[in-house]
Amino acid sequence: MNAAPSALQNKTSVISLGASDLDRGVESSGAPLVRLQWQPVGDGSPEVAWSLAQLVGDTTDADCLGSRIDRANAQVLERILTAQPVWVDIAAHASEVWPDMGRTLLHAGPPIAWNDMCGPMKGGVVGAILYENWAPSPRDAEQLVASGGIRFAPCHEFGAVGPMTGIISPSMPLFVVQNKTSGNRAYAPMMESGGAKTLRFGAFAPEVIEGLKLIETVLAPCLKAAVAGIDGGLPLKPLMSQSLHMGDDVHNRNTAATLLLYRAVTESLLKSSISRDLAHETLRTIGADDMFFLSLSMAACKATMDAAHGVPFSSIVTAMARNGVNVGIRVSGLNGQWFVGPADIPVGLFLPGFSEADANPDIGDSAITETAGLGAFAMAAAPAMVQFVGGTPQDALRYSREMAHVTIGRNPGFTLPMLDFIGAPVGIDVRKVVDESKRPVINTATAHKEPGMGIIGAGVVQAPMKCFVDAVGALATIGAR
Amino acid sequence: MAIQSSIKANLYKDSVSLMRISQVTVARTGVQRVTLLMGTRSNKEFLQQAGLMSPALEGAKPGDIMIVVADDAPEKRAAAEQEIHSLIVGEEPKGGSAEAAADAPPRSISRGVAIADHADLAMISVPGPYAAAEALKALRRGLNVLLFSDNVPIEQEQAIKRVAAQKGLLVMGPDCGTAIINGVPLGFANVVRRGAIGLVGASGTGLQEVMCQIHRHGQGISQAIGTGSHDVSSEVGGITMLQGLELLAADAQTKVVAIVSKPPARDVQKRVIERAGAIGKPVVICFLGGEPAASAGNVHRTSSLEETARQAVALTGARQPGGDEQSIEALATRICASLAPTQRYLRGLYSGGTFCSEAQTIWRAAGIRTRSNAPLAEADRLADVEASQGHTAIDLGSDEFTVGRPHPMIDYGVRIERLLKEADDPTVACIVLDVVLGYGSHPNPAEILAPAIRRAKAAARAQGRELPVICFVCGTDADPQAYETQKAMLADAGAEIVGSSTGAARAAQAIASRMEADDNATGRRVMQGGER
Repeated sequence: MNAAPSALQNKTSVISLGASDLDRGVESSGAPLVRLQWQPVGDGSPEVAWSLAQLVGDTTDADCLGSRIDRANAQVLERILTAQPVWVDIAAHASEVWPDMGRTLLHAGPPIAWNDMCGPMKGGVVGAILYENWAPSPRDAEQLVASGGIRFAPCHEFGAVGPMTGIISPSMPLFVVQNKTSGNRAYAPMMESGGAKTLRFGAFAPEVIEGLKLIETVLAPCLKAAVAGIDGGLPLKPLMSQSLHMGDDVHNRNTAATLLLYRAVTESLLKSSISRDLAHETLRTIGADDMFFLSLSMAACKATMDAAHGVPFSSIVTAMARNGVNVGIRVSGLNGQWFVGPADIPVGLFLPGFSEADANPDIGDSAITETAGLGAFAMAAAPAMVQFVGGTPQDALRYSREMAHVTIGRNPGFTLPMLDFIGAPVGIDVRKVVDESKRPVINTATAHKEPGMGIIGAGVVQAPMKCFVDAVGALATIGAR
Repeated sequence: MAIQSSIKANLYKDSVSLMRISQVTVARTGVQRVTLLMGTRSNKEFLQQAGLMSPALEGAKPGDIMIVVADDAPEKRAAAEQEIHSLIVGEEPKGGSAEAAADAPPRSISRGVAIADHADLAMISVPGPYAAAEALKALRRGLNVLLFSDNVPIEQEQAIKRVAAQKGLLVMGPDCGTAIINGVPLGFANVVRRGAIGLVGASGTGLQEVMCQIHRHGQGISQAIGTGSHDVSSEVGGITMLQGLELLAADAQTKVVAIVSKPPARDVQKRVIERAGAIGKPVVICFLGGEPAASAGNVHRTSSLEETARQAVALTGARQPGGDEQSIEALATRICASLAPTQRYLRGLYSGGTFCSEAQTIWRAAGIRTRSNAPLAEADRLADVEASQGHTAIDLGSDEFTVGRPHPMIDYGVRIERLLKEADDPTVACIVLDVVLGYGSHPNPAEILAPAIRRAKAAARAQGRELPVICFVCGTDADPQAYETQKAMLADAGAEIVGSSTGAARAAQAIASRMEADDNATGRRVMQGGER
């Protein structure tokens, strides 16, 4: 046993938590004092509090579990910060990327069975089956699923991400983004135009299927030619960085990023052998949709976070995704495990005629942007957007400030002018989420709970604490082994 | 001018950001020139023309930042380069800045440490089931801990004390009510002057009483280290008490050490006495309620708080303070003269647990059997804590009275209720009350207690007898409540003020002994009431 000389040798400087009456003596002595606004951590259970305390790093004890976690997290942060996502290609069909996928449909969020899916997700499944011609009618499509004829899997488990329902079927073309630093690729389907009537909101009317065919036959070949004409592909990080300075969060606002993409694609298309009509159709599609860039933003974030996944002991979240029923997270050091909790309904504004009663719980893989330190984490960059999600510019700053308390670093590649150009907070640490009892904030669109009714609003939503509490429990178990 | 070049790979910044970083770096480091450019072909050509290109930059890609620092002094170049890298990453808002002020108040230890001025001690009073977790987080970040919370699971207490001992940090507690570290009063603490006597104690109010008496004897305290009540059990092994001894042994300001505790577990007791014998400074040990023990070498054994304070003061070389035995005897005589023959029993209503056990120890030594909710021996446990039985000493700070309400040092409600109930009992010979001053305690206890004493005395008088109330005030003239004023207000209400906890218990004991002696002498037999 050592004596404790430090207790008496330093000037006493106190942190106090609990009953504030006990501070009086410290206050009157003039010693430095920080009073905490203490609350029980996480879900409020003492067992979780004790587990969490086992995960705290210690600069004088390199072997303790917390120090191992800290070292792993430093490595993860390095991988995130040095990622170079580049748009390199369009896969004409998902089946090109995954030749064995057969009758698999990928979907947003953590794993879910057909019977448990929300309305929009079921609608998206039916639409994809019709698009693939696996069944002649919606009723037949449902029967096909009910008879076990379709296999489901999360996009995330295939290196892919999909917005809202996130359905990817074998014939769909995909953006291909490669992380030049680590070599891994990520995939995302293209944004459909057509507003409410889109597969990503669960619509499956004939015009929806037509829209998907248009993407397959017009947009995909054109964009494939366009990206082929950009030497080395289109580096996405500088583009996203620039668009943050132009008022985007690259999750719910992609206006600037879409324009920058438009600029890059235009010249390349005009140089290509693509016909003038097709080029025009493609540019019209991109130009008509402020959110067109979202697919690339998501794929860039996915390519970044997949490279950060799989570092043993790391407590950093590498995926945060919603299937319309549950939110699931994956943690770098916890293999492919999903930690799930019930999805909330986003809080924000509703389009005229709609209310919270019409809203589907949180859905989509687009929270990969928050996972990578963008979206709500970079909200300070996008004051124009806060009105859309029912807040004030001060709220935008607040989200970026507060998310710094649950992350382990800042991304110098994505700076926030309104916060004195500090990097956006990045690297969600499940330990910090539980310790601060602060759930990660996600910017999102709100879907109607009935299939095919489309977007009815937008807002912010928070990932459920249960995901993070369970992940902390799992990390503590590693330590116990 | 010498130049130094490097690349920050894979990081895009626009030219405005880069110019700003250059400008700030020049302003902060005084370096001659800083040039930051993305590694595009045209930027490389520009560097070539400006004579700033170097082979190190040839491999730079358009997504890399080229860093060129020019100055003849290598240390300036190094400082500038370091500054550039930190500015590229971005600086966290500084304490006191508008940006820091806009941030939410901290709720976690980790954020607290981040914004504090070199925090080195966490004072934790959150509910017991959460307390050890917070303590462990604090220890991992290099903070000592004062754990005021009680009801911490024993295995968690053991775990945090193990980590603390490995790291050379202190865990004072769980259930540690008071400490003074480097002159900073923590928890319930009195304002005492700094001086040469270092205290370690497992009993909070015992520490408070000893430090107040030392102050009133004109001496002072170097450090007062609370250990919490479980520390001296064999499960915990006295880890904190032994660490405290080492700390005081090494502390230059401490000339004399005093230990105040309930009797530790046998093995712990042995280790503490052994260590005390070897620290090279005089040590006064008071294991209150334990077997009397002989002093040996530098270790002086005492059996009351009063004796502990006096002994410690004497060992500093100051004049040994005189006792108040005579005035106590006189008080007992005066009180006995006013009592009716039925009034035979003592009722101690304590807010301080140590005072309750000190009284029982003193009364036991005089052959008085005392019932208590915190008895010295299990056989003397009160059947019903709400109903006194014969001679009774109640610790109103123990769990059965404090669940869901403030401690009786803060909230006098329960004590006053009990006082009025005892006033109705014709067998009561006298009441003993402690009044604890200092930080954390009631801001003006006499204001509440004096009227209650008046009411109690009046109630007894209405039934044709006097109700003596003996009070002692644990406090100093420097306490925020003002020691002399509190005493005067209580005396004005008819309370008898005694100078120490030990004196109050002795006066009560003298009264009980005399009443019994009178009883025997006159052959009277009181058939009602309790038994002896």
